[in-house]
Amino acid sequence: MRPFSYQRASDPDMAVQALGVAAAANNPLTKAAAQPLAGGTTLIDLMKLDVMRPTAIVDINPLAPAWSAIAPGGDGLRLGALAKMSDVAAHAEIQRSYPVIADSLKLAASAQLRNMATLGGNVMQRTRCNYFRDVSYENCNKRNPGSGCAAMDGVNRMHAVLGTSDQCIATYPGDFAQALIALDAMVEITGKAGTRSMPFAQLHRAPGSTPDIETALQPGELISAFSISGRWPRSVYLKARDRQSYEFALSSAAIALDVQDGAIRDARVALGGVATVPWRAREAEALLKGQRFDEALAQRVADAAFADARGRRHNSFKIALGKRIVARALQQAVTMEI
Amino acid sequence: MTAAAPGPRTNMGQPVPRYDAAAKVTGRATYASDMPLDNPAYAFLVTSAIAKGRIDRFDLDDAKRVRGVIDIVTHENAPKLKESKLYSNGGYAGTTIQPLKSAEIAHDGQIIAVVVAESYEAAREAANRVKVSYSAAAPTATFDSPGTTTAAAKGQNSQFKEDPKVGDFAKAFDAAEVKLTASYETPTQHHNPLELFTTSCTWMGDNLVIYEGSQYVHGLKHGVAEQLGIDADKVRVVNPYVGGGFGSRGSMTPRTAIIAAMARRLNRPIKLVPTRDQGFTITTHRAETRHEIKLGASRDGRLVALRHEGAEVSSRPDAYCVGGTKTTTRLYACPNVDSLVSIVRADRNTPGFMRSPPEVPYLFALESALDELAVKLNMDPVELRRINDATRDPIDGKPYTSRSLMACFDEAAKAFGWSQRSPQPKSISDGDWLIGYGCAATCYPTLAGPSAARVRLQRDGRTRVEIAGHEIGTGAYTVIAQTAAERLGVPLEKVAVFMGDSDLPPAPVAGGSNSTASTCSAVMMVCDQIRQRLFKALMPSDSLADKAKETVGISPAPSTQAAKSDRSLDIEKAFDALGVGVVEEYGEWKPEGAPLDSFRAMHSGQVRLVGGHQMKDQIAYAFGAEFVEVRINRFTHEIRCPRLVGAFAGGRIMNPRTARSQLMGGLIWGMSSALLEATEIDERNARYVNDNLADYLVPVNADVPGVEVILLSEEDDRINPVGVKGLGELGNVGTNAAICNAIYHATGQRIRKLPVRLEDIEL
Ligand SMILES: Cc1cc2nc3c(=O)[nH]c(=O)nc-3n(C[C@H](O)[C@H](O)[C@H](O)COP(=O)(O)OP(=O)(O)OC[C@H]3O[C@@H](n4cnc5c(N)ncnc54)[C@H](O)[C@@H]3O)c2cc1C
Ligand code: SF4
Repeated sequence: MRPFSYQRASDPDMAVQALGVAAAANNPLTKAAAQPLAGGTTLIDLMKLDVMRPTAIVDINPLAPAWSAIAPGGDGLRLGALAKMSDVAAHAEIQRSYPVIADSLKLAASAQLRNMATLGGNVMQRTRCNYFRDVSYENCNKRNPGSGCAAMDGVNRMHAVLGTSDQCIATYPGDFAQALIALDAMVEITGKAGTRSMPFAQLHRAPGSTPDIETALQPGELISAFSISGRWPRSVYLKARDRQSYEFALSSAAIALDVQDGAIRDARVALGGVATVPWRAREAEALLKGQRFDEALAQRVADAAFADARGRRHNSFKIALGKRIVARALQQAVTMEI
Repeated sequence: MTAAAPGPRTNMGQPVPRYDAAAKVTGRATYASDMPLDNPAYAFLVTSAIAKGRIDRFDLDDAKRVRGVIDIVTHENAPKLKESKLYSNGGYAGTTIQPLKSAEIAHDGQIIAVVVAESYEAAREAANRVKVSYSAAAPTATFDSPGTTTAAAKGQNSQFKEDPKVGDFAKAFDAAEVKLTASYETPTQHHNPLELFTTSCTWMGDNLVIYEGSQYVHGLKHGVAEQLGIDADKVRVVNPYVGGGFGSRGSMTPRTAIIAAMARRLNRPIKLVPTRDQGFTITTHRAETRHEIKLGASRDGRLVALRHEGAEVSSRPDAYCVGGTKTTTRLYACPNVDSLVSIVRADRNTPGFMRSPPEVPYLFALESALDELAVKLNMDPVELRRINDATRDPIDGKPYTSRSLMACFDEAAKAFGWSQRSPQPKSISDGDWLIGYGCAATCYPTLAGPSAARVRLQRDGRTRVEIAGHEIGTGAYTVIAQTAAERLGVPLEKVAVFMGDSDLPPAPVAGGSNSTASTCSAVMMVCDQIRQRLFKALMPSDSLADKAKETVGISPAPSTQAAKSDRSLDIEKAFDALGVGVVEEYGEWKPEGAPLDSFRAMHSGQVRLVGGHQMKDQIAYAFGAEFVEVRINRFTHEIRCPRLVGAFAGGRIMNPRTARSQLMGGLIWGMSSALLEATEIDERNARYVNDNLADYLVPVNADVPGVEVILLSEEDDRINPVGVKGLGELGNVGTNAAICNAIYHATGQRIRKLPVRLEDIEL
């Protein structure tokens, strides 16, 4: 950890201003000199590991009164970026109308972390790639652009099989983002020019040739809220992991269905633990629309979801595992009582 | 009585709560790095990013510019230290790889520089700013890596003298009606005690005080003195509590003498708090092992031939090995036995003790193989063990002092509901989950070592026990207090126990599960010295002995019987007769068969543990049986273990509460070792990858919904005066095999490599 200045944001303008001022150096967000602090459970960790070295911290927690909404309404849901993971997971209406959200949060991290961590910080959490988190490795394109990728031929059991590039195979580790991307959430961004909205699906950037650029956010921009239209009571989050709690997904699926008279009218399939970014399996969804569910269909959908998957030495198992998870989650969603 | 405090059965003490419970749960217990220091400087380590090669150059400019930096030492300017030999070769060190001596790098994460600063933060920041240029060479990581050298353990490790053998294995195996050959593998593991590997060193003139979590304060004291070239009497090691050891704090690591020497040079106390990941490389680990087991049996299940070949990875300079064949060749009655242990050298740090060092990997292999044999024989695995139960050591023919293996199997099987198991694999399921049951034997040698103690009794019954034992979380304070209270007939609340300080009378290393047997035997003996003094002062002549017994309720004969007598000592009367206010006694106890130099060794920080198979005309082990239920999800292949049931016999149980807690922890760790724990090595560079507690997985509460510990009554007065067999390392031995055996039962798939992960399951 290195010395940094600490400021508390009195209002959004001030926060944006403070973040923007230090951002002049034209760095990608991940390298920006000023970083917002929410729950701190990712940021402080990475600072202690010397992976992130901001010189200025802007604590956005004072914005919580305005930015912590958990507001399910007639036409959809609005969630403030500073709402705590635990509060959202425990909200009765979220559990009823958006079980995929409640479960993706409930099955993440530990109770203590969920009490600290915010939704905005959660979607912005960074990869758990061991080589990224250990600065004694020079070769990490995400941390050190152009230096190579130690994970590619190293220990890569936790790494991604979808959305990878020859530059980076790091997994996006979060759970909640899969629920958001499945439900076509919009993300509200507050910046110098006020607020703008964009599809959540456009927030994260696959590594391509610039793994150090992880999101579409610019320095000086903050996520202020997420919104979702409609209700999705027929939705599930299924997560496989090495231990029963407090562990990242080896593979997960967020599924949301709209089933009328046995026919699938709308289907959403998102994958976690297997991809470099929150992952929407649109080809798989297409196979479901208008169909009646059976096991053979589930199998085809699962195959389609992983058609482009590429495994490496230790993580190839995720392809077969991911398919079984998709098939099982679909079945759970179809048969769930709502 | 509650589950946590089982009612005592025959030959068990009371389940009194832990002596230190309140201090621990309220955070008042002071661990080594909590000790106040006067104006300390803070050290932060820089560790090597390569596993083999040389340091070409340090660039320290940036680091030195950090405000508050006092000193940075590297091999170029480090204090000169004397070498210490490996503890097994008459030294104290857990590794002979001494960092900061030259530019050579011998393993990943070796200490290459130490930054000292006015604050921890400044030291850490400066350490981050140290730039190192290396000439890296290609290191040898582990088994199968290019560049390993392999040789038999016998002849290179002074503690591994002989590969046990008896009869004619080859002939018997050839002729056996049923044969099995199978290979097994266990991974590198790290202890990860919660307390980090800190050390704080402070000098007062020529005298050094070291605050450091240690499982052997006298060993550390002598080791550091040797490295610094000073008189051991000038060194004191203090740690009233140790935040977990599991073997990792049993031998000296290089960090301590380095910090002590820097503190001397700086003339200021220095506190070092390494990070969690540094803990993976600056201390020891459990080495990865490989095994081949050959079993030959008659069709009715009698073993006729057994061969166990093991290989273990060690460092280039040190021939560390655990050689668990000493146990696996003796566990079952078999007339033809052969074994071989080899050491494979790689560019790694020297491994060391980790809870049940030999038994965990070697019994995993043997107990898995027995289960495979039971399947071949179409026989219940419990019955297979019954048929081959031994009363004598099959190698040397010596009788077991006591052996309750099958009684443990029977009690555990009953509690578990084993009889309801259909032996057919894949025959039980519950919704999405395939269910399997498995079991295995567990055992651990009964050891004890020379120990001294001082006991001071006041007229009002207040008692002070002083012994340099170690509270590593096992309940040592509690059982020692119980021993003194019982022996002197004073209320438990009046007994104060002082441990974890090398200025106190020496006790052995808290390792090899010897602590209770050794320290309580010593304390009991010294309490008896007090009783005798009181008694003698009272008695003008021996003929009045019987009368004195009635009036003061003490007996002149120290024996275990007296400890069980509920007659209390009328201390006040005895003191009045003696005419003093305080009686204090010091004594030195050693187990039968201890070598002649035992006490000399004890006072120079060296342990002479005796017991197990090394006794003259008997063999002493504690036994247990472990049963587990595993559940495997059909879809995700996740493996969970909802039920662990173990029954254990360990001679006298001093305190059923602390004993249960030890064994419960053992069962949980055993499950963890079977399903979760492995230190991943990047074979390209021989570096540890998952060196933190987010990636080196240990169980969380949700992983252990049901653990049941059954304590059997067992009396054994042939082992030591207190009749205690060590329990600390008994619990986590059998679990590894029991889990794999249960996985076989659930899936029909035999997995011979730990840990078992969901990708290993094929359904
Ligand atoms: C041991 C461990 C296990 C975990 N297991 C899981 C798991 O199983 N599943 C899972 O999903 N997560 C898991 N997590 C991750 C955890 O959920 C995240 O650390 C947490 O959600 C981050 O939220 P925070 O508020 O603490 O973020 P912070 O650490 O405060 O911020 C994270 C990042 O986002 C930025 N940021 C914060 N708020 C905003 C905002 N409003 N707008 C723009 N940028 C912002 C920060 O600058 C920082 O770079 C685990 C974490 C740990 C330490
Ligand atoms: S996978 Fe990505 S984050 Fe990991 S080492 Fe490679 S480039 Fe770095």
